[in-house]
Amino acid sequence: MLAYLLKRILLMIPTLAIISVISFWVINLPPGNYVDAFIAQMAGQGQIPDFETRAQMEQMYGVNQPIYVQYFKWITRALRGDFGQSFEWRRPVVELLGDRLARTIAISLVTIVFVYTVAIPIGIFSALHKYSLWDYILTFIGFLGLSIPNFSLALIMLYLGFEYFNMSVGGLFSPEFENAPWSIARVLDFLSHLWVPIIVVGASGTAGLIRVTRANLLDELNKQYVVAARARGMPRRRLLWKYPVRVAMNPVISSAAFILPAVVSGSTITAIVLNLPTTGPIYLRALQSQDMYVAGAFILLLSSLTVIGTLISDLLLAWADPRIRFGGQK
Amino acid sequence: MLEELPNVPANPGRSASLPSAEAALAGAAPTSTVRISRQAEAYYTASQVQLIFWRLRKHRLAMISFFVVVALYLTAIFSEFLSPYDYTARHSQFLYAPPQALQFIHEGEVSLRPFVYGYAMERDPKTLLEMYTRDRTKPYFLTWLPKVEPYKMWGVVELDRRIFGTVEEEGSVFLFGTDSLGRDLLSRILYGTRISLSIGLVGVALSLFLGIMLGGISGFYGGVADVIIQRAIEILRAFPDIPLWMGIAAALPPNWPVIRVYFAISIILALLGWTEVARVVRGKILSLREQDFAMAARLAGVRERRIITHHLLPSFTSHLIVVVTLSIPAMILGETVLSFLGLGLRHPVSSWGVLLQDAQNVRTIASYPWLLIPILFVVLTVLAFNFFGDGLRDAADPYSD
Repeated sequence: MLAYLLKRILLMIPTLAIISVISFWVINLPPGNYVDAFIAQMAGQGQIPDFETRAQMEQMYGVNQPIYVQYFKWITRALRGDFGQSFEWRRPVVELLGDRLARTIAISLVTIVFVYTVAIPIGIFSALHKYSLWDYILTFIGFLGLSIPNFSLALIMLYLGFEYFNMSVGGLFSPEFENAPWSIARVLDFLSHLWVPIIVVGASGTAGLIRVTRANLLDELNKQYVVAARARGMPRRRLLWKYPVRVAMNPVISSAAFILPAVVSGSTITAIVLNLPTTGPIYLRALQSQDMYVAGAFILLLSSLTVIGTLISDLLLAWADPRIRFGGQK
Repeated sequence: MLEELPNVPANPGRSASLPSAEAALAGAAPTSTVRISRQAEAYYTASQVQLIFWRLRKHRLAMISFFVVVALYLTAIFSEFLSPYDYTARHSQFLYAPPQALQFIHEGEVSLRPFVYGYAMERDPKTLLEMYTRDRTKPYFLTWLPKVEPYKMWGVVELDRRIFGTVEEEGSVFLFGTDSLGRDLLSRILYGTRISLSIGLVGVALSLFLGIMLGGISGFYGGVADVIIQRAIEILRAFPDIPLWMGIAAALPPNWPVIRVYFAISIILALLGWTEVARVVRGKILSLREQDFAMAARLAGVRERRIITHHLLPSFTSHLIVVVTLSIPAMILGETVLSFLGLGLRHPVSSWGVLLQDAQNVRTIASYPWLLIPILFVVLTVLAFNFFGDGLRDAADPYSD
C-alpha cells in the first residue's frame, strides 16, 4: 500500500506541473502584457504611475524576458502563496479568492456526499427491481438529470423559487443574515439556501452514478456465485449486502474520477447563475475584465484541488480493492 | 432448397426465434443439405450495418430519439423557411409580448383553421404597469405558405413564402412571444438550431480526427508515444472542463467575425473532447493488432498506416459511432454555456446559448418566463442524443449473442 501511495504521489507531480503550464498559458492568452494592462487601468483612473514604478513592476513580473522566465517567476511566487495582484480589485489574488475558495470546496464536498448518499441506494433499488415501473421512472428521471445542463436547472430553480415559493433562491444567505454573526438562525438560513445549489450541481452526477451502480450490480447479480449461494440457502438479503453490492461498489468509487471534475465545473457555472459568494462569479468577472492573474490562479487552484481529490478517491479504491493495490498482477 | 414459408418479417432479433447455428445443424444429417429458413438465411447473410439496424429497431426509445434528432437537424437545415419571421426583424410595437396560444373556438364557433388573438394593452390597476392582454375581438387566422417579404434561403435562393404565418394586415403570430427588441422568439430559436446543432458536429469531427490520430499512434506504436499520450489524456480528463473552456474562450478578440468565433469555439471544445475517442481507438487497436488478420496483412507487406486505416479501423467503426453520438450533446452544451455566459457567440447571431443570455437575472425571468423556452430545446436535444446513443451502444455489437 505504501509503495502504491508513493508511486501515485510521484505520478501526480508532472500532472500538477502541466496544470500550472496550462494555467500560465491561459494567463498569457489575451493580447498585451500584464504591466501594460495595469498601467492602462491606473491611467484610466487618473493616476499616471511614474517611470520607476513601471520599471519595478516590469522587473517583478519579468514581462520583457523570455516566456519561460516569466513562467518560472510566476510559479515560484505561486508556490510561496503569492498569485500576484488583481488590478481590478487592487488586492492580492490570494485575499480575493481565499474565503470564496473555501466556500467552493465546502459546497463541492457537500454535493459529493449528497450525490453518493442519494445515488447508491437508488441504483441498488433499481437493479433489484429491474424493469419494474419504479425502475423505469427512476431511469427516466436519471436521464433527465443527465440531460438538463446545470445552468438551465439553476435558471429553472430561480424561476420556480420566485414564482411559486416566493423566495430568493440566489445567494447563500438572506439579506438580513448576510453580514450577521454566526447564530443558529443564520445556520438555518444558510442550510435553507444551500440545498438549491447542491441539487443543481449534483443532479447530473447523481444521475450518472445511479446508472453506474445499477449496471454494475446487475452484472454482479447475474454471476454464478450468486446463484450458487442462493442454491445453498443463503438468505437473499445477507447474500446481497455481503457480496454483489460490495463488488459493485468498486466502479462506483472509481467514478469519482469523473464526478469530481464535473461537480467543480458545475459549481462554477451554477454559482454564476445563482450569484453565490464562491469563486465562480469572481472568475467570470476576471475573464470579462481580463484580470488574468485572478483567472490563472483560479484555474491552477481549482484544477490542482480536483487532481488531489481524484488521487484521494484512487487511494480509497486501492484500499477497497486489493487487486489495484498490488499493481494489476492478475 | 428452401421450404416455403409464410412471409416472415425480416426481423430476426435476439428473440427466441433466432436460429442458432447448432440447432440448424443438429437436425440435419452430416451429408444432406442443411435446411435453414428464409429468416435464418437473412440473418446469416446480413451485413453488420443491417444487423445493427435490426437490433436498434427493437429499441423503441432509441428509434423515437433518432427521429427527434433527424427532425431537429431538418429544422436546422430549413430554419429560414420554417420560422414565421426573420430572426433579426424587430416588431417595435410588441416588446416582450407574451406567447400567443393557438385557438380553435371564436365566439362559440369552432374553426378548423387555428388562429391567435391579437394583443391589447392594459394598465394593471395595482402596479400601474402596462400589460399585454388578449384582444378577443380580433382573431388572426393562420395560413400555410403565406406570401412574405422576399428572403434568401441559405443566403442563396430567393424565396417569398414561409411555412406558416398570418396574411391579415397588422396581424402577428408570436407563438413563443418576443424578446426585449420585439423579435419573434420562435424564429430566433429555429435559426439558433442551426448554430447550436452544427457546432456539435464540427466539434465532434475535429475531436474525432484528433482522437483517431493520437489514439491510433498510442495503440499501434506503444512505447514512449503511448505513455505520453496516455498521461495527456489523464490530465485533460482531470481538468474541470467548463472553467478551462471559459478561460480560453475569453481570450477570443471581441471584434472577430461570427464565422471565425464559431470555428474557434468548436476548436476549443474539441481540445478537451478528443480524449474519449482516443481511449476507445487505443483500446481497440491494442486488442485487434494482435489478431490473425492484422498479422496476415503485415506479412503480406501492407504498410502500417494502411493496416490501421483499412484493416483495424473498419472493425470498430460501430464503437466509434457510439462514442461520437454520445459526445455530441456535451459539445452542444459547451457552446450553449459559453454563449450564455457571454464568452462565446454574441448578439445579433442567434444560438440557444445567446438566447438564454437574455434570461440571466431573476427579475427578467419572473416577468418574462417565456425567455426560458430555449431550455426546452436544449434538453430535448441532449435527451434525444443520449437515448439514441444508448440504444446504439446496445445494438452496436451485433455479434454479441
